[in-house]
Amino acid sequence: MADTKIVAPKEGALERSWNWLTETQVWKSVFRHNAPITDRNRVLVVLSNVFLHLHPVRLRKSGVRLRYTWCMGGLSFFLFLSLTFTGVLLMFYYRPTLEYAYTDIVGLREHVPLGIMREMHRWGAHAMVVTVWLHMFRVFMTGSYKPPREFNWNIGVIMLVLTLLLSFTGYLLPWDQLAIWAITVGSNMARATPFMGSEGPGSALLMLGDVRLIHAADDARFALLGGTFVGEGALLRFYVLHCVGLPLAIAVLMAVHFWRVRKDGGISGPV
Amino acid sequence: MADEPNAPVEGAPASKGPPAKPAQPAVPPNLAGKTTSAAVAPRRPPARKKKVVDDTSPLLSRRSWLGLAWGSFTAASAGALAATGRFMFPNVLNEPPQQFKIGFPDEYAPGVDERWKDRFGIWVVRTPSDIVQEAGGFYALISVCTHLGCTPNWLSAELKFKCPCHGSGFRPTGVNFEGPAPRPLERARIVLADDGQILVDKARKFQFELGQWADPESFLRV
Repeated sequence: MADTKIVAPKEGALERSWNWLTETQVWKSVFRHNAPITDRNRVLVVLSNVFLHLHPVRLRKSGVRLRYTWCMGGLSFFLFLSLTFTGVLLMFYYRPTLEYAYTDIVGLREHVPLGIMREMHRWGAHAMVVTVWLHMFRVFMTGSYKPPREFNWNIGVIMLVLTLLLSFTGYLLPWDQLAIWAITVGSNMARATPFMGSEGPGSALLMLGDVRLIHAADDARFALLGGTFVGEGALLRFYVLHCVGLPLAIAVLMAVHFWRVRKDGGISGPV
Repeated sequence: MADEPNAPVEGAPASKGPPAKPAQPAVPPNLAGKTTSAAVAPRRPPARKKKVVDDTSPLLSRRSWLGLAWGSFTAASAGALAATGRFMFPNVLNEPPQQFKIGFPDEYAPGVDERWKDRFGIWVVRTPSDIVQEAGGFYALISVCTHLGCTPNWLSAELKFKCPCHGSGFRPTGVNFEGPAPRPLERARIVLADDGQILVDKARKFQFELGQWADPESFLRV
């Protein structure tokens, strides 16, 4: 540390205690490297920190060219983080039951300080859908889906679907007329699932004697709603999927996605 | 463990490291049934195999044990997955019954009755003459729009059902006449119970376009 420490010409009490402090084992266990003022130390600091190492040590110039990347992937990730943060805050007030869901949503606006938290979550969600689509558009237009990045394109397509599902499940939670009927209409599509939907192709073939195995009370739509119509079961299922299931899935895929970006030549780098 | 009976190589610096060329195992490991190069197996006569420490179980060979273990693991995983799937389908539903009694026929005036819409999702209609049955009586319309499943409203001034979602309109008979709905509303089974009350059974539905409104149980003649 001697080369980087700023030492006063005359050591007063302050300097002496500073020097003592920076030599303690506790200090050294937290600040494990010298100040990042040389290239080597910068690399060391970045590589030995779990959060910093997510970003590459070095970037190509083209990787930060905004006209090329639009920063849409980064913006999508940023929006995901802010949605996670605001979403956790909303969970302190929202109860996913028929009795409380709607009034809790109103209360988030009327009874809670900084009543824009729900709006931030809502508008952030809309924005994330937009940025994810634009990110996909950019990747397509720049040909960044081509080998060896095909695998990452597939991961991205799954994450696009998960983003839309997060949007869809979150849409029900305010439990107003718009939400209920939108999910009624949307979930009715699941009736037409091949073999697993009660009105889908092939489901009539699954018979046990003259009893249909796939009917309205055990088909794909039922699994989604936890009932035969959009009721309390649907509200609870969508809440759990929205707050736990889908975010976990998309977070895991994000880790894979970012890792593959690095392994496949970096952001917008030639392969 | 297969390295154990290695013949000690004279002057070998480390017997555990990658052995030098001449330091082949004095006794080859039990390679029976394993994929290996053909050059190894024939080099040693099978007669020397008796020195191999037999670590297989008297019941099953190592390979069989592994197969059994992986098989059990796979079966257990599949069972757990199936149980997880089944978990999502409860045995009891707190939903309105599909079959219910709605009172006596003389409690209903001619026209569309909305009293059971919220609870059971039906309109009870008493008509002097039905379009299909050509008789007076009752039918029960299921209050689910045939377009995308919303609940229409009964507009008594305009004598029609109007869906607020996308604007489909239905006559009091249930026949669609405006908006995107592709077919008439469905009717539910309606019969007289033993005690003289009207019994409606939503589990049995009758569709006009399939000619099912001619079914005697789709209409209660009075």
